[in-house]
Amino acid sequence: MTEQFISSPHKHDGSSVSVMMFRVCLALLPGLLAYVWFFGAGILIQCMLAVGFAIAIEYLMLKMRKRPVELFLKDGSAIVTGLLFALCLSPFTNWWITLSGIAFAIIIAKHLYGGLGYNPFNPAMAGYVFVLLCFPAQMNSWPASPEVANTSPALSDYISIIFSNGDSSLDALSGATALSQMKSQLGMMNMVSEIRIEPMFGHFAGAGWEWISIGFMLGGIGLLVLRVIKWQIPLAVLISMLGISMIFNTYDSDVYASPLFHLCSGGTLLCAFFIATDPVTASTTPFGRLLYGCLIGVLAYIIRCWGAYPDGIAFAVLLANACVPVIDHYTRPKVVGEVGS
Amino acid sequence: MTRELHSFPGGLQMPTFKTLSDQEMSILHPLPERLILPLQQHIGIPSQPCVSIGDKVLKGQTIARAFGYVSVPMHASTSGKIIDIGDYPVPHPSELKAPCIVIESDGEDKLFDIRPTNEYASVDPKELQDVIRECGIIGLGGAGFPAHVKLNEGVENAVDTLIINGVECEPYITCDDRLIQEKASYVVAGTRMIRHAVQAKHCVIAVEEDMPAAYAELEKLIDDDIELVKVPTRYPAGGEKQLIQVLTGKEVPSGGLPIHAGIVMHNVATAAAVFRAVTRGEPVISRYVTVTGLVEKSRNLQVLLGTTVKDCIKACNFEADENCRVILGGPMMGMHVTNPDVPVIKTTNCILVQENIPRLPEMPCIRCGNCVDVCPVNLLPQQLYWFAKTDNTEASQRHHIFDCIECGCCSYVCPSNIPLVQYYRYGKSQIAAEERRRDGADHASARFAARNERLQKDEREKQSVKEEKRIANQKEDKQSYINAAVERSKAKRALNKKTLEDTNKDD
Ligand code: SF4
Ligand code: SF4
Repeated sequence: MTEQFISSPHKHDGSSVSVMMFRVCLALLPGLLAYVWFFGAGILIQCMLAVGFAIAIEYLMLKMRKRPVELFLKDGSAIVTGLLFALCLSPFTNWWITLSGIAFAIIIAKHLYGGLGYNPFNPAMAGYVFVLLCFPAQMNSWPASPEVANTSPALSDYISIIFSNGDSSLDALSGATALSQMKSQLGMMNMVSEIRIEPMFGHFAGAGWEWISIGFMLGGIGLLVLRVIKWQIPLAVLISMLGISMIFNTYDSDVYASPLFHLCSGGTLLCAFFIATDPVTASTTPFGRLLYGCLIGVLAYIIRCWGAYPDGIAFAVLLANACVPVIDHYTRPKVVGEVGS
Repeated sequence: MTRELHSFPGGLQMPTFKTLSDQEMSILHPLPERLILPLQQHIGIPSQPCVSIGDKVLKGQTIARAFGYVSVPMHASTSGKIIDIGDYPVPHPSELKAPCIVIESDGEDKLFDIRPTNEYASVDPKELQDVIRECGIIGLGGAGFPAHVKLNEGVENAVDTLIINGVECEPYITCDDRLIQEKASYVVAGTRMIRHAVQAKHCVIAVEEDMPAAYAELEKLIDDDIELVKVPTRYPAGGEKQLIQVLTGKEVPSGGLPIHAGIVMHNVATAAAVFRAVTRGEPVISRYVTVTGLVEKSRNLQVLLGTTVKDCIKACNFEADENCRVILGGPMMGMHVTNPDVPVIKTTNCILVQENIPRLPEMPCIRCGNCVDVCPVNLLPQQLYWFAKTDNTEASQRHHIFDCIECGCCSYVCPSNIPLVQYYRYGKSQIAAEERRRDGADHASARFAARNERLQKDEREKQSVKEEKRIANQKEDKQSYINAAVERSKAKRALNKKTLEDTNKDD
């Protein structure tokens, strides 16, 4: 018998952080498959790059901070950060941009705050915003819509663009995303109904992209079923995004796109199920999670419609992260038997 | 069943492992050679030995007296000789040694003269409480709080509902289940006696849904006077506050007692013990213990108090070695003991032998909130953990750390494997220590103030005494002065008179 003191309980349900993270990775598969289907295998290269960088930097940081390397590498959080970061980028993004974004995410946003569990800001989003601010020009070339280009870019195209500097084939292969196209066209005083006829807008929210989003939603529902994530945040993000876009769409449907467009374009669904639900940086009380989700939905919409960037998800998440301590403080549930307020 | 059931927040549905031990009839554990009886088996003040080394005692004889109100007497579990009164290892998380009385059995198991109380219904409730106390009855469900104290609360306050708790919600434990199945009549009769003792308006016996055999036994015996309720199987439905919530929908106020909601709750084993105490004068000297887990033959034993845990495990064909660990109580709230020579005491409901798997490494909290979803008290375990870890006692208290019932649900589901309950125990002890320190400081300052006060009072008294004396002296002076003056004038007059007479005589 061991001499060490063991406190109750003496049983555990067998869950672990690694299993949670592994499930998150699996749940990204449907969306990723759709991505590859519509835009070719470039995103896989981007994901592998990002995950590889993330693991390497995590390893270095753990070594430097004299943390148990194996234990923390196995938790899988670096892999998830890498994947989510890669999914925010265009698959054409140059490798050094990916590297610098990941470095910012893991070194500054995660380890300088104390590593897993202590980071107040979502590392993937922090890394993404970092590269968005530092390299704005390079962040805007997305693969052209499959309805516009006849074929999706070949793997060799992706490889040459990612690993070279300023490859000339990029211009031929890239185009705008639905969100940025919508934004620039609205800026030219066109009406939503006119813009929407373009084939790149697909059935409801951008050819190809809409199905990728649906893929992410399916994976997210899987996570809900497995209870890896809680229902409050996805629901709140979706409802608030739907709600606010519905209000403005009813108010003036020429200037404000439909709720469905907002829901399925850009990163809304990926964010609702995978990014906003990052437990470390989200609110931790049941009611707080609802508030937190709503905040993200509303902020993202505001930035999309009136901000300088086509998609506001990353900024919305970081801003909501900053509000978490306050939200948590004011949403403590009433304890059983607690009297008064 | 007419009673509408409610639910409590959180809780866990988990494998119960009850079938390991609940099918088998319980057996009497053979009389051991030596019995170790700790003087403190209850919450409160330890009892005081009233025998000395070398004394011969009989089974059921009082060998230690209650000391103070929150205390109960202790009885010899068998007949024999007192061979020692001293410190032995007892069931305690930190492996403490504590004062025990050790009896060497003479093998005869001869009963002490016992006096039953007849016709409990005509006995005054107060007297019934005394009988219960004299028989050493405490909460046998595991809490170990002296039964008479709860009964007395019942007498002093109006009791709406008496709840007899047969909801054995922890996995593995089946001692109450077996007890009900084998001694249902004791439980029901004991329930009626407790009801009389607290004069409760309603009376409920609650069992769990997965105890159908026990339910059936009870159903045969009860009348309209007792409600029999099945509650859904969900841990910790048998927790005092949770069961009250399930049965009545009432929340026991934070920091309050069930009686504040008009409720008195006792365990089924306590009820059976009351029956024995009242009708036969039999004290608590044995109990049902579930021995389960890795042991070859999981079952319930009727064990004399003071028998070692090791003996009980042996009786189930098992030798505890370093590949296993022994838990007293259930897997969720039980206590890990490293020394199998500790005795079975009044609150030992289960001996669980588990594989000794090393604890998985503790990771940082990822704030996933799984713990929040299962907390039956609606606490925020992850925040409490943080506060306890950083010694933030003020925030811990603001987040109601003292409402934590240490049920262990939060730890059970924590993906980071954090021993949360251990942190809360630490947090609570920190606060208690701080309070003691503060009280100590308060005491010191109070003492100082009192001393000043006393000194000043002394001073004032001295002053006033002096003053009085002075006044008295003055008075005295005046008086004596007057007296003296009178004296003098008398003398003068007398002298004058004499002189006059003399002169007259001379004349
Ligand atoms: S279950 Fe564990 S990791 Fe999750 S919030 Fe609670 S304490 Fe933190
Ligand atoms: S041990 Fe305490 S904090 Fe954890 S679930 Fe139970 S009552 Fe809640």
